[in-house]
Amino acid sequence: MISFILNRSPVSLELVRPDITVLEYLREHRYMRGTKEGCASGDCGACTAVMAEPGNGSLEYRNFNSCITFLGALHAKQLITVEHLKENGRLHPVQQAMVEQHGSQCGFCTPGFVMSLFSLYKSCQTGIAGTDAGSIKEYLSGNLCRCTGYFPIVRAAEQALADCESDRFDRSVERVRQTLIDLDDPPVADSSRFHSPDTASELARLRNRHPDARLLAGGTDLALEVTQQCRDIGRIIYLGRVRELGAVRRSERRIEIGATVTLDRLEKILGTDFPELLPMLRRFGSRQIRNLGTIGGNLANASPIADLPPVLIALGATCALQSTGGVRSMLLEDYFVGYRQTALRGNEFIRSVDIPLPPDTATLKVCKISKRFDDDISSVCLAALITIEDGTTTGIRVAFGGMAATPKRALHCEAALSGQPFDRDTIERAKAALGQDFEPISDVRASAAYRLEVAGNLLERIGLELSGAAVPTRVDQI
Amino acid sequence: MNLPPFSRKPSCVSRALAHDSAARHVSGEAPYVDDGLPLTEQSYVCIGSSARAHGTLVELDLEAVRKAEGVIDVISADDIPGETDIGPVFPGDPLFATDTVEYVGQPLFAVAATSLKLARKAVSLARIRIEEMPPVLDLDSAIAQQLHVRPPHTMSRGEADSALGASPCRIAGFMKVGGQEHFYLEGQASLAVSGENGCVTVHCSTQNPSEVQKAVAEVLGIPFNRVDVVTRRMGGGFGGKETQAAAWACIAALFALRTNRAVSCRLSRHDDMVMTGKRHNFKNSYDAGFDAEGRIQAIRYQLAAQCGYSPDLSDAIVDRAMFHCDNAYYLPNVTIDGVRCKTHTVSNTAFRGFGGPQGMIAMETVIDEIAYRCRKDPLEIRKLNFYDTKERSRTPYHQQIEHFNLPGIVDQLESECQYLARRQSIREFNLCNPVIKKGLSLTPVKFGISFSITHLNQSGALVHLYSDGSIHLNHGGTEMGQGLMIKIAQIVSEVFATDPENVVISPTRTDKVPNTPPTAASSGTDLNGMAARNAALTIRERLIDFLAEKHATEKSRIVFTPVGVRIGDELLSLAQAARQAWLSRISLSATGFYRTPKVHYDRPSASGRPFFYFANGAAASEVAIDTLTGECRLLRTDILHDVGQSINPAVDIGQIEGGYIQGLGWLTCEELKWDGTGRLLSDSPATYKIPAIGDIPPVFNVRLLEDCPNEEETIFRSKAVGEPPLMLAISAWCAIRDAIGAIRDHEVFPRLNAPATPEEILRVVNEVRNAP
Repeated sequence: MISFILNRSPVSLELVRPDITVLEYLREHRYMRGTKEGCASGDCGACTAVMAEPGNGSLEYRNFNSCITFLGALHAKQLITVEHLKENGRLHPVQQAMVEQHGSQCGFCTPGFVMSLFSLYKSCQTGIAGTDAGSIKEYLSGNLCRCTGYFPIVRAAEQALADCESDRFDRSVERVRQTLIDLDDPPVADSSRFHSPDTASELARLRNRHPDARLLAGGTDLALEVTQQCRDIGRIIYLGRVRELGAVRRSERRIEIGATVTLDRLEKILGTDFPELLPMLRRFGSRQIRNLGTIGGNLANASPIADLPPVLIALGATCALQSTGGVRSMLLEDYFVGYRQTALRGNEFIRSVDIPLPPDTATLKVCKISKRFDDDISSVCLAALITIEDGTTTGIRVAFGGMAATPKRALHCEAALSGQPFDRDTIERAKAALGQDFEPISDVRASAAYRLEVAGNLLERIGLELSGAAVPTRVDQI
Repeated sequence: MNLPPFSRKPSCVSRALAHDSAARHVSGEAPYVDDGLPLTEQSYVCIGSSARAHGTLVELDLEAVRKAEGVIDVISADDIPGETDIGPVFPGDPLFATDTVEYVGQPLFAVAATSLKLARKAVSLARIRIEEMPPVLDLDSAIAQQLHVRPPHTMSRGEADSALGASPCRIAGFMKVGGQEHFYLEGQASLAVSGENGCVTVHCSTQNPSEVQKAVAEVLGIPFNRVDVVTRRMGGGFGGKETQAAAWACIAALFALRTNRAVSCRLSRHDDMVMTGKRHNFKNSYDAGFDAEGRIQAIRYQLAAQCGYSPDLSDAIVDRAMFHCDNAYYLPNVTIDGVRCKTHTVSNTAFRGFGGPQGMIAMETVIDEIAYRCRKDPLEIRKLNFYDTKERSRTPYHQQIEHFNLPGIVDQLESECQYLARRQSIREFNLCNPVIKKGLSLTPVKFGISFSITHLNQSGALVHLYSDGSIHLNHGGTEMGQGLMIKIAQIVSEVFATDPENVVISPTRTDKVPNTPPTAASSGTDLNGMAARNAALTIRERLIDFLAEKHATEKSRIVFTPVGVRIGDELLSLAQAARQAWLSRISLSATGFYRTPKVHYDRPSASGRPFFYFANGAAASEVAIDTLTGECRLLRTDILHDVGQSINPAVDIGQIEGGYIQGLGWLTCEELKWDGTGRLLSDSPATYKIPAIGDIPPVFNVRLLEDCPNEEETIFRSKAVGEPPLMLAISAWCAIRDAIGAIRDHEVFPRLNAPATPEEILRVVNEVRNAP
């Protein structure tokens, strides 16, 4: 049994099919057809809804893709859909602004935009988000519009955020918050085919008992099997409530990040220690994806084009893998063993990622190259941790995504750079060494030749940046 | 100027009213085809398709499909009672393939089941055996093998070959321009409901209800009058629902009649991307002669389009490319060969601009290359070659250019966007920046308005004035987001001087207004606005006649005003006037009809006046590129566009902004890729990237050209705006070339193709860098 609030009404239901998506529930079970299906893969945002959950002494509102979110993830949350924003026939300020600024043309993407704007509006009210242009673009990065060119939607956002006056939701915050806390009586783990354990040891036991079950964190990848490949997922173990997996521990030397920490939270957790990472994290998927997708998920699906692994490998991170037998730790670079294959055993799960804090002398460089700037998968992703002392590279770890069947360190390249000045000659040698490290493939995103060339050119970019030359090296600096 | 009636300062027309559905769009209350409550016993369709690009279908065993859970009915070609080919102009589009399959994704059969999921699962159980034949998959091969879906066609004026030989300077080359997936947010969708007496109603997301009606009737083998097609709104069309909405409507209707159920046929995003055609990719070759100043003397073009496996609309699309490969420039001696190539890929179709953009970009490439050769700013070459309305005023298809306002538009934009000053600062920036280079380009757009197929330039409308004074409006145009409905409501309310709120807009239906053209070619407002106005005028005239007689006064003393109908010193509300007329048995319902005047075109001689008038505009775009990675950012865009006297400036600006960004996507990040077997690789929004919000430039200035009513008698002297702004984005693509050229101080012409993806930009950067 799961319980949540649908707009204003509490709902409790048994998950007969654990793989039912929120969008399917809304459109096919509740006949609420305001929320649209544009792609059923989390790429267009037409299905965007908002979930509210207790946090910061109030409610936190997050936009998400209802098409790739399983209903079970809504337990003890409020699901807000576009039908709920009007009050007594009066449009919500974000809706009113969209009308006044001519923000809809065909209107099909509009409910999704409205819901992203709504989450931004609520986040601005509580100071979680800013009202500047960057914040607007970030919150709307996962909503595609084919008609307007986005300009009137940006204007609508600016209008609505100008005063962020109190709305109907503010009046019911306390009541909803209390209801959600009351609902948060965890579902009985074995009462259905949707398990939702509270602790890591309980999770380990469930994992043993149900080897066929699929682990669900954000689900942004798993759900595609259902919506795109038409598969049934018979049993799900949901990780979202496992306390240990959501924890972050910080010591002087390390940061330990639980596997279900979302990419959105990661931005805050790592932002101060690794400001170089922020531009990439802000282009990581879309806002909707970052709100649900997790660090553990980004490792577990072992995609060769995932963006976190190169960074974590460059930083020398380890992951903690747990089972009923205990916890073992391994270097992340050893964790990826083949195309979409990992060292994770059948009864294990990722518990956490442990990142050693580099010394002050080290510099992190992160470059993500993709066809489209926002919400696109990298054709090449580079992360490098570099220490230069007295003009010589004394520490170097370079890892790439998109260059091999797995995210991978460039060991020959590192050898060419190590102990050398980071100058033109060295870079040329390091570039050549990349040919020994990688034999990239040609696919829909880029050709092998482009990947290899850009990987080398990114070393040149880094060299220029390290040299302190006062010229821009990235187009987003212009 | 001979203005039509109602040229007084309009009250409804010219107002920036919100889209009629805006308040419902934002609250999720605007239903699309798939949003109705499910009807009793509704079933859901999934299409089974070919996994091979070319071959003979030797076995199609659907036994397991029929027995699958939830399956209600299964159909293939043998089950079609009527016409099996739904080709819109020429045959060649079988509803289901029979013997030969010609592209990956070609429909072979369809399943109706109790749920979409069960239908999808059942489809996968089919046993399909195709004996493969070698496919032709790319344009170059089709050109080499001279495989065509329609015969080549040539336009010419003057003596291109001899003038080329006599030209002091000459350039020759080619450029490739990619196709484009429509990516309407609402995919193809139809819902068919069978009625009594063998009738069927199809709710369809289509730009072309009359064409869908025809296709459904012919497939079912019944007269047109038994098929009603209803379109309230589309979640985007862009040309993709002009002909290619028909197949899904036919399949839904056939199931509906066979099973006597309501049947929904909605394509998944994947199926939509794989099974429906896209914008044509082109290979444009040119050979141009010019004088030392850069003035063109002769040009010879070959425009070759990849049409896919069937003609669809390709004849007219390549014609429109040919009509626009002059863009705004006078070509004294010109020959244009248009080639319609056949490949074993999905049949490409209409897409905003309809071939025009692909032709226009060839011309702008030629202009840029001449500028490199002459060592001049490309803008100078553009100005030097503009049409005028005197000696240099004949198009390659022998239409006389009149009212040519582009030079003024370009001058005004050049000054407003500070082109020269920015050109200078960009030059300085590029001198001191080795990695990032900036580029700037200002390009014009001249786009011909009218269907080049003359008979399509007609439409109709139906207006009712009820006895309470409220108005019901229906016409042949469809709403796909372009704001057509609100514009026409404004036009009708203008006739009665009533509030547009008093006009209720109703779904487009073939049983209300018959024999309509597609809503396409930017003509929606021109055609349907005029037809609706004519209908409204008829009713108004009847009211005036009646009131003049009843009140024993002159007709000229009866005036429709926003407060009511003034009859001398008396004032009646519109409701009172309508009620009096009704009581006196005056008809308050009228049809209206319009056909575009002046247009004619003789295709065999490739001459005539295919276009009633031209829509004009210009854009200046500035970009920055990374010469190490090929990444690109758009920094600033300025646009000045001519919409004549705007009926709704907010709607028009919306078209310009949206058209520009859609064009930007076509020319930068949107890349269609197939594998070596003909399978589409860019088959989802994860792999096919339309512009996102982060791609819009931080500075974007759009202005409508002021005080420029259309010289032709169009509806309230407005100009069409649907397609032309898409081509303003050519300025951004030319700016990318300009940025690449900066690497070698514009000494080496960068042979850039479209789309200018990071990979393409880096390729050309290297080519320029390594050039001798």
